[in-house]
Amino acid sequence: MAETHESQVDHIPKSAIQHLIDALRTRGYRVLAALVRDGAVVWDEVVAVADLPIGWCDSQEPGQYRLARTDAPDMFGVVHGPQSIKPLTFASVEPLLQIERTSAGFTATPRLPQQDKIAVLGVRACDLAGLAIQDRIFLNDTFKDPYYETRRKSLFLIAVNCTRSLSTCLCVSTQTGPRAARGFDLALTELEDGFLIEAASEDGRALAAELPLDTVTERELQEGIQRIDACATSQIRRLDQSALPQALYDAHDHPRWDHVAARCLSCTNCTMVCPTCFCHTVEERPDLAHHRTEHSRLWDSCFTQEHGYIHGKNIRPTIKDRYRMWLTHKLAAWVDQFGMSGCVGCGRCITWCPVGIDLTEELPALLTPTSMPGEERPTS
Amino acid sequence: MRTTTEPPHSVPWINPYMIHAAIIMEKIQEAEQVNTFRLRLVDEQVRQAFRFQAGQFNMVYLFGVGEVAISIVSDPDEPERLDHTIRVAGRVTSAMAHMQPGETLGIRGPFGKGWPLDVARGKDVVIVTGGLGCAPVVGAIDYIFRRREQYGAVKILHGVKTAHDLLYRERFDAWRRHPNTEVLLTSDQPDKTWRYHVGVVTELFEQVALVPEQSVVLMCGPEIMMRLGVPVLIRRGVPASAIHVSMERHMECGIGLCGHCQLGPYFICKDGPVMRYDQVAGWLGKTGV
Repeated sequence: MAETHESQVDHIPKSAIQHLIDALRTRGYRVLAALVRDGAVVWDEVVAVADLPIGWCDSQEPGQYRLARTDAPDMFGVVHGPQSIKPLTFASVEPLLQIERTSAGFTATPRLPQQDKIAVLGVRACDLAGLAIQDRIFLNDTFKDPYYETRRKSLFLIAVNCTRSLSTCLCVSTQTGPRAARGFDLALTELEDGFLIEAASEDGRALAAELPLDTVTERELQEGIQRIDACATSQIRRLDQSALPQALYDAHDHPRWDHVAARCLSCTNCTMVCPTCFCHTVEERPDLAHHRTEHSRLWDSCFTQEHGYIHGKNIRPTIKDRYRMWLTHKLAAWVDQFGMSGCVGCGRCITWCPVGIDLTEELPALLTPTSMPGEERPTS
Repeated sequence: MRTTTEPPHSVPWINPYMIHAAIIMEKIQEAEQVNTFRLRLVDEQVRQAFRFQAGQFNMVYLFGVGEVAISIVSDPDEPERLDHTIRVAGRVTSAMAHMQPGETLGIRGPFGKGWPLDVARGKDVVIVTGGLGCAPVVGAIDYIFRRREQYGAVKILHGVKTAHDLLYRERFDAWRRHPNTEVLLTSDQPDKTWRYHVGVVTELFEQVALVPEQSVVLMCGPEIMMRLGVPVLIRRGVPASAIHVSMERHMECGIGLCGHCQLGPYFICKDGPVMRYDQVAGWLGKTGV
């Protein structure tokens, strides 16, 4: 698991990324990277550098995602796809127990996941921040989640610092990017010619020592800083959370909730793509003979009807209730619960909302007082 | 940041999702569609390690069907006996109603925070419950009566919708016989055998003598009872911080991970179910939270 240390920065030529992949594979890691599949990028196994989406780039807008070919030879020109790295630690379906009938009743056996060693090549700063939040939720409370912990321990993380912002990115205002600050083993910054490489953990340093690295020049360091800075400067969306959590609690009766509820489809997309959403449900999967049952957890969403069900009534029956629950939890209650915001600024909830609902528009509107109760002030 | 009244209960389980088999020793029908299951954990090591506080809950599991969060009714001084009063309400509880002694249920727990019986020590204890809300305080009442001299006056006020909703009739009669104890019952819809008050539970507040500044209130029942009832107590001088309510929400994990039971900044399963009223007051009565 990644640690944070004073790190050493070196230069690595583009041709040596294959060495990096090979070194990880030699150590028994399955190496995952964002690869092009069916018009989007998804995490999949990478064996050769040629598998990477070289010369592809993504554009994202509210409710819109496009991949396009470019002339640039960037290996990491695609910023991110619908998946964060959340599924690698908090699996979308996790068998918890296998329970078998016996003559005396039943016996339950925990089904901890197989510890496949997984290296992720190209983790973005926002997703590392998301992972840190999930660590806080699953590992640092009264109860530690052994399923999450098993998966988490198997990860080797190679961050790629962002040198391009999407129109939906807002990590500068959430202070989670575009540079990966912590939580990685190795970090790369793509330059015109090669990469800056930074090792931040014991494992990362050991691996870097096997790679054909060059001494970094001042010009290369400056190029890295400029690329990351330019990425930060280009960000157009921001989220001012300075008045939270209280201001959002106080906005409980704001008419803007009706406005957003009229557009929200309650489709759950925003929660499925969010790197920090952790809601789940527990389900039984008995076999036909009813001798054996698998007790599993599945991702759930506060946008579903069932989420707030309590014998005979639904606590949050309307879409307005559920959107309010989601946003108020994400940006306000999360702060009380975990000492941090639940938003890491990846912007996926904006891109993957089919109707383009944008929390960076909703929050300021909700925090703008209305002139009269029930009367909505026009928002720009 | 939120404040908590009690430290989290220490739990011996390494895997909080692990379900332990428990035999149904006895099944007591309390009312129509309401049964108390007396359970005994099968594994001796687990049984020995299992300790709970009055007001905590277990996830009770039925093979192949699922789990439900049910408060522990039995006495924390006898932790090897686990009583759960279960009303038929949904898929899992409907199936459970058919279970018989000798059959096996599952237990995962105990979870949540119980009643502040240490805070209440040396004070008068006013217990206000409605409907099945009397179940989560039974363990607390038993606990107090085993240490009768450590507590002041005990007032038990309980309201039911109809006369046949009254559970634990013999217990109420037994509690009434304790010294310095009052038990007042009320029903919205009495039948001709009903010997007690007619009306809602808050009307009983007028019938009991309260020393507000030395009282601790334990309250459990429908949210509307708390929302309407607590202000009456506060007007009589009971501090909001001395009123403890047991909240109910949909719980699937019991440990603050599944997200269902949230009420504002709280996870009812781990910050509650027993909460200090002044912590949750602002959230009661808000729609859609």
